Amino acid sequence: MRYERDPARIRKVLGDKVQFVQGDMAAAYGGLLAGCSFFGGYPITPASEVAEGIARMLPRVKGTFIQMEDEIGSLAAVIGAAWGGAKAMTSTSGPGFSLMMENYGYAIMTETPCVIVNVQRTGPSTGQPTLGAQGDMMQVRWGTHGDVEAIALAPSTVQECLDLTIEAFNLSEKYRHPVCLMADGEIGHLREKLVIPDEDEMTLIERVPATIDKDKFLPFGNSQTRDNKVPDFPTFGTGYRTYVTGLTHNKKGFPATDKQRDHEELITRLVTKISDDREKLTNVERVELDDAETAFVTYGASARPTESAVATARKNGMKVGMLRLKTVWPFPRRTIEELSKKVNKIIVPEMNLGQIVHSVREYSCDGCEVTLAPKVGGEMHLPDELFGYLEARK
Amino acid sequence: MTAMIDAERLRKKYLRDGMLPTIFCNGCGHGAAFDYAFRAFEELGLDMDKVALASGIGCSSRIPGYINADGLHTAHGRALAFATGIKAANPDLTIVVFTGDGDCTGIGGNHFIHAARRNIDMTVILLNNFIYGMTGGQLAPTAPIGSISTTSPYGNIEQAFNICELAKALGAAYVARWPIFHPYQPIKSIKEGIQNKGFSLIELLSPCPTAYGRRNKLGEIDSLWKWYEDNTILIEDYEKAMDYGTEEEKEAVRGKFQVGVFQNVQKPGFFEEYDKLVQRIIAKEDERKGGAE
Repeated sequence: MRYERDPARIRKVLGDKVQFVQGDMAAAYGGLLAGCSFFGGYPITPASEVAEGIARMLPRVKGTFIQMEDEIGSLAAVIGAAWGGAKAMTSTSGPGFSLMMENYGYAIMTETPCVIVNVQRTGPSTGQPTLGAQGDMMQVRWGTHGDVEAIALAPSTVQECLDLTIEAFNLSEKYRHPVCLMADGEIGHLREKLVIPDEDEMTLIERVPATIDKDKFLPFGNSQTRDNKVPDFPTFGTGYRTYVTGLTHNKKGFPATDKQRDHEELITRLVTKISDDREKLTNVERVELDDAETAFVTYGASARPTESAVATARKNGMKVGMLRLKTVWPFPRRTIEELSKKVNKIIVPEMNLGQIVHSVREYSCDGCEVTLAPKVGGEMHLPDELFGYLEARK
Repeated sequence: MTAMIDAERLRKKYLRDGMLPTIFCNGCGHGAAFDYAFRAFEELGLDMDKVALASGIGCSSRIPGYINADGLHTAHGRALAFATGIKAANPDLTIVVFTGDGDCTGIGGNHFIHAARRNIDMTVILLNNFIYGMTGGQLAPTAPIGSISTTSPYGNIEQAFNICELAKALGAAYVARWPIFHPYQPIKSIKEGIQNKGFSLIELLSPCPTAYGRRNKLGEIDSLWKWYEDNTILIEDYEKAMDYGTEEEKEAVRGKFQVGVFQNVQKPGFFEEYDKLVQRIIAKEDERKGGAE
């Protein structure tokens, strides 16, 4: 039995077009809609509901769900499934994400499309398992060893948990790269209205299969059929007999561990295939920014109280706006740079003691004051707290 | 039939162009392992386009690189979890994993336990050389008591893993152990392992003269190989000695590695069972009219 994406069956499993569900479940729905046919996962709060949801749904569309022995095995199986031809995903939270770091790097090195849903909590270590936070925003960028670029999306609504999971699959297929949906415990466990997109309201991107002559095919160089740094994909079992290794490899895929040039060429391509498209990948929401003198830059659950604070500020005649990052990595450098030229102050609300604020500061121009509005301990910012930050910095 | 197969022709057919020479030292047993695998593939008539190899990290895990088939050379210890995913995505592929004792039972012990327990249809060829060879000779969980390694310079005091007994206890469908210097039994076991629909483990005792033999004074290659001859015993002979032998005879075999086929049962593999489950769910689903969840 082999999986084939069957829209009618998927729709039947998903049920009503309009629902009232959790963010975790919406991410599972997104996976199902994207054509995910393999899920390997391990229970962890507050992400378990993603696995629970997909464990119920996936067999009904002829996909495979396996609860693996740990998070290391989960991502390993996901990567294996991708090479076997599946769209594959897993879900986890902080401690599990830490365990995944080696295989996350392996997926980057071997250019394996897959999706990791991280419903974040805090740390270090076990931290507050049942409470949300934004603890892994830097781990997703720098957590694996070596030189990498990351693609990470941050949903602020249940709807975005679905929409951005589909987007995560699309980007993972397009760039042959593991893509992370960086939800947080608040959004993962939040229940609100969800509208399931119809087939014609969605775009699905599929990996480009290897088609050229087997003797001429180079599985780890620029595409040989398109003007693109992403090589075509030689699915296992299609006769390309590809050797895939986490070692530094040449374009044929053979180990080239002691050659400086091979490493430089490979790693540069792996990083620039994504960073070249930084502007294309930038996905932000702008709220009341046209005449703003002070801007909040935020993402995920933090954007919700921030938007309320902006509304209160506007009622009080203050020129305040919000830039919400839906794509956090690759970092929207130019957007931040341009914003920092327009406003005097940037405040970064985050549910941690400062992660993305560092990047905002790095790409802001001199003369624009960048400050952090942190909130830790498993609670969200209150709109009044954030309004307080504005008053303090008037 | 095996004897009639031309070695040169096999190498041409199954070795990957451009990867030789191998990384293996003189006297290493690992080269024999892929020769045996080639013979098993040949006798089974496998379509190598439909074979996926997987491995972790270590000397033995480099073997898939030399074989002309799809191969996933993964992270240390994780090959079986990766292989589980490959099989899930395409159950038509024949999965063969090459791994070592450190890779499979040290860092990868948990994946080994669960792949065997789930009875995933794959064949694991585990080359046990009692040592972490690639990193220069550190203590492996399979090293006999008293073994000298760079990290047990005063002698190993830890009890060694008995990998086959573990696999048996987990209900693995096929479990065998052979010293690598006897070709016919390993070839037969690799064939039987691939033919078995469940999880198959073939442990091959493979000498590492460089990192293990040298430090443990096992001598030159001929005496090193003789060590394996002297320290292995067929399961039947072991049991005979234990059942009917004198105390002296029992003592003489007690410390030896039993070799042979420990388990060979036919039972459906994980994905066969999963498939049946899905068929039942789908049938029920299609019975019902439309209807939302």
